[in-house]
Amino acid sequence: MLLRKPSPLDGSDIPSSEITPRADYQRFLQERKTQDRRSFLGAAAATGAAVLGAGRLASLVNPGQSVFAAGKLQTVPSPLSTHGEQLTSYHDLTTFNNFYEFGVDKSAPARNAGGLPTRPWSIHVSGLVQKEKTIDIDSILKLHALEDRTYRHRCVEGWSMVIPWVGYSFSEFIQQCQPLSTAKYVQFYSYFDKKVDKWWAESSIDWPYSEGLRMDEAMNPLTLLTVGLYGDVLPNQNGAPVRIVLPWKYGFKSAKSIVAVRFVSKQPPTTWNDMAPNEYGFYSNVNPNVDHPRWSQKTERRIGLPFYAQRRDTLMYNGYGDFVASMYQGMDLRKYF
Amino acid sequence: MKRSTLVLLKTLVWAACLIPAARLAYGAITNHLGADPTRTITFMAGLAALRLLVISLAITPVRQLFPRLSWLIRFRRLLGLFAFFYASLHLFAYVGLYSYFDPHTMIADILKRRFITVGIAAWLLLVPLAVTSTTGWIRRLSGRRWNQLHKLVYLSVCLGILHYWWQVKTGVLTPLGITIIMAALFIARPLLNWRKRNKLAASTV
Repeated sequence: MLLRKPSPLDGSDIPSSEITPRADYQRFLQERKTQDRRSFLGAAAATGAAVLGAGRLASLVNPGQSVFAAGKLQTVPSPLSTHGEQLTSYHDLTTFNNFYEFGVDKSAPARNAGGLPTRPWSIHVSGLVQKEKTIDIDSILKLHALEDRTYRHRCVEGWSMVIPWVGYSFSEFIQQCQPLSTAKYVQFYSYFDKKVDKWWAESSIDWPYSEGLRMDEAMNPLTLLTVGLYGDVLPNQNGAPVRIVLPWKYGFKSAKSIVAVRFVSKQPPTTWNDMAPNEYGFYSNVNPNVDHPRWSQKTERRIGLPFYAQRRDTLMYNGYGDFVASMYQGMDLRKYF
Repeated sequence: MKRSTLVLLKTLVWAACLIPAARLAYGAITNHLGADPTRTITFMAGLAALRLLVISLAITPVRQLFPRLSWLIRFRRLLGLFAFFYASLHLFAYVGLYSYFDPHTMIADILKRRFITVGIAAWLLLVPLAVTSTTGWIRRLSGRRWNQLHKLVYLSVCLGILHYWWQVKTGVLTPLGITIIMAALFIARPLLNWRKRNKLAASTV
């Protein structure tokens, strides 16, 4: 049974910073209720947000239990998850998005991404692989245990969030792809259809959106093939049904709604790097010492906090240096920004 | 124009000019300024300032094209001062909400971030215009000098729009609409002046 009335809130071993503010939870539940994605949600919400909130606590104590009572994804905790920071609320995560196919305004994707056809869905694997193949979303969901991975998220524009993603290391997926030893880079392509992404002309981007990684970056355990948010499937505006998340790089590297993965021998072209190579590097690792030509990257503003508490120092590699710094040893990070 | 009509129209223009401020106030009270209220406040105030500046610049060409609308001139000062109000609100949002009134941050920004440099310049250019907008100053400066001084508004609006373009990510086309309108106004002025001269010439022959 997924919904279980917990003993009085006894999650004192959970750091308070790990708990989403109650108000956000209630707002979140309210939204789910109005969306009416599952009829039993109404009943769940009626049982009380406190119970569900406690359900989240229970799930942390008792791995294997679904994060939300009605959560669609069965998840397990991960040692690679970031602790000790207040999560950005579900409401903020789903109403403040950069997903230019659905409009350049940050509130536009929440309004416009409803038409994204997330089922059926598959990723086409091609390039330097033993055999081209197409992997459908159900296989992707079953390929490996789904982990709760909270990561900091730093946008190149200077704001940041803390996001509880669900997914598993992309390296698990790569193994299924059987790349050849000549494959040095991985390229991602996002979904694009002018009939669905009607807002594509609000920017002069050459669609479809594409991103790329060096092979060792793609194999890094932090590189997350992401299928969920807050224990539930990804909302469309967050890149449903499957995306990549790279917590040590600026957000735009984390391509959304991926339909194709290609293994190549040379550094592939990537969307923002093509748009303005002096502003957005191929690597785009979070680096407070290398400013964007038009603004400083030394600090960031954390979304969801009161304005006087928002500003904080940006960390090298967004604080994930222990996992990733070795990959860039000896590289001139001013040149390869 | 009858005095009562003028009062009514002025009231309407005041109300229209206050819409962005009212929306911000309502959003702040009901917590509907989005995930990033700082950005929403700054953006909406800046956009209101630019729009009002462009509308105030449109008044002269519209009067030249449609002489019957020449009474529009009575609203230009009002629009200009509201533009200055929103530009100041925009600047204050940057100083207070983004920079926490920290002079070091601001100086570094103004030197380093060129979109802020031009933004500050655009606001500074508006200051003497707002100061000399009173009837007393118009008299003191006499018509011609006052007119020359107030040509600065063109420079200010250009810098304002440049500030907008430099602030958005490369390739984002949101500032395009207002840029086209401003460009049209810039082209309209010499064209209309040329038409006026031709007419004058024709009538004197």
